[in-house]
Amino acid sequence: MISYMPYPVRIDDIVVETEDGNQKTFKLVFEQEAHRKAWKHVPGQFAMLSLAGQGEIPIGIASSPTEEDHLLFTVNRAGKVTTALHQMNIGDRMGVRGPLGNGFPINTEMKGKNIVIIAGGFAVTTLRATLISLLARRQDYGKITFIYGARTPGMLLYRDELKQWAQREDIDLHVTIDREAPGWDGLVGFVPTIAGEVAPSPENSVALICGPPIMIKFTMPPLEKIGWTDDQVYLSLENRMKCGEGVCCHCNVGPILVCKDGPVFTRGQVKQLPIEY
Amino acid sequence: MKVFKITPAELDTMMLAWSKAHRVYAPALTKQPAASSDCAPGWRRVDGSAALTLPTGPTPASVKTFFFPQPETLLTYTLENNHPDKGLMREPVKSTEMQVVVGVRPCDARSVLLNNLPYQEDPFFQANRQRTALVGFTCDQTLSTCFCTQMGGSPVDSEGLDLTLSRTGDGFIVEVGSAKGEALVAGLTLTPADESGITALAAQRNAAKAEATELDRLKAGELGKLYDAPMWQSLGDSCINCGACTFICPTCYCFDIQDEVVRGQGRRIRYWDSCMFPLYSLHTSGHNPRGKKVQRTRNRFLHKLKYFPDRFGPFSCVGCGRCVQDCPVNIDIREVMTDLLAVE
Repeated sequence: MISYMPYPVRIDDIVVETEDGNQKTFKLVFEQEAHRKAWKHVPGQFAMLSLAGQGEIPIGIASSPTEEDHLLFTVNRAGKVTTALHQMNIGDRMGVRGPLGNGFPINTEMKGKNIVIIAGGFAVTTLRATLISLLARRQDYGKITFIYGARTPGMLLYRDELKQWAQREDIDLHVTIDREAPGWDGLVGFVPTIAGEVAPSPENSVALICGPPIMIKFTMPPLEKIGWTDDQVYLSLENRMKCGEGVCCHCNVGPILVCKDGPVFTRGQVKQLPIEY
Repeated sequence: MKVFKITPAELDTMMLAWSKAHRVYAPALTKQPAASSDCAPGWRRVDGSAALTLPTGPTPASVKTFFFPQPETLLTYTLENNHPDKGLMREPVKSTEMQVVVGVRPCDARSVLLNNLPYQEDPFFQANRQRTALVGFTCDQTLSTCFCTQMGGSPVDSEGLDLTLSRTGDGFIVEVGSAKGEALVAGLTLTPADESGITALAAQRNAAKAEATELDRLKAGELGKLYDAPMWQSLGDSCINCGACTFICPTCYCFDIQDEVVRGQGRRIRYWDSCMFPLYSLHTSGHNPRGKKVQRTRNRFLHKLKYFPDRFGPFSCVGCGRCVQDCPVNIDIREVMTDLLAVE
């Protein structure tokens, strides 16, 4: 049986990620040890953040399953529930229902492959979870390329971790911003351009791309030019959701349900669908 | 299977007996004050004191209200300041009281089985199934809007009913279809039906047996072609997205979830939604994947006739014809099906 009951959690920490203050990362800890133990997710899955009196919102899980003692969610302030969440404080109680959806195939199709991760804006959250998981079992994967872009340096998420990853020899990291900015000595240019310059080989590789639809649209041509096919590329869809369990019908894209069949699909699968996402 | 023969007076006695232990409902033929419908709009609480009258064809309101009531409380909480459990969500108290629904037509009985496919793992729907007994009446007359046979059903079917009553002469043949049906007739002194009545009913059933309908071709139809068919534009133009069809439909089962707080006491409820409404698919960003009327109209019909069968097998329509009767702009799903079958 499915359950509509969220696990009770407490907000253990809040990090304001971006200079506009609109994106905060919430560190959540389970109130009950049994719930913590019961929780098992894979990167790419999402959960319902549940606020009494406000409602529930589906948010990608930003923490890796290897970070066992807590969950991380980076939330953009946009609507009713996210605005209420942004006003909450450390120590406050809320709920988490999940994990939901399928996640990235880190234990199957991705194993033994070179991994190319391409992220734009705050869609990087579940890809952060993925990267941490890959690094925890680094020997299981080939070369890891991580391309991440934001509008300005101040809009990059997880800046401390980006610095750590830049030090590592075993990640090919490319962080870019849209326009020149004072104090920024890194890459400048849109994600599709950088992806074209990096030109990761499609040989024995899998790409995970998350970002605004326009970014995904322009990232594909340079990849296709060098031989990438639709079945090597994984995307994550979003749609309005209510139950997250494949019952309420809200998130359907033609015959599929984003919450249950997805949110992760290959580009080949997405191309079969009507454009209702 | 046990088969009895009863008189209309015996039916009233049976309902009287049931109403002593359970909540018994029958179709409301006129508009009832909200209180007397007992949270089941379109139905009324009965006790067998008045003779049962049924409308020809489907009941005005479908039986989905008993399995998928609105609202259904999913959880409760308190938001009282300083309360140690502030914001802690609790399981709601689920009613276990038996409800007996009398006057169900075979099309509606079948709708419960179809809705059970997506709701297989839903604890609330399943609990409501547990506590609901359906007493059905086969149709000796159908309406011009009825098309259950086209959808694979039959006006004289007993599938999904706990007790099935079929008119014979001046009385009814009663078939017991389940353990719940057994329980309803236990302790009553009923006359077993004679062989001739049983044979006549079987012959009637055979004659009305649904054949593999032409409609099944839709299941193999190519999604892209059905989706891009030019017919949707004119259909979408005439549809006013009022949502009436979705609410009266026994097999429309989508829902919305909202929180509701009164004086510090809150609950999370789910209630009927409609894919006819723009809010249904609206993203917080303002982007709407089905922002156009034509997209929403198409979604409803393709869900019933393509998406649902793709996932579960059968069509999500029982041919009750309620939407045909009540659509304010005369959209007829039978015409939509004919048009879809013509899509090359």
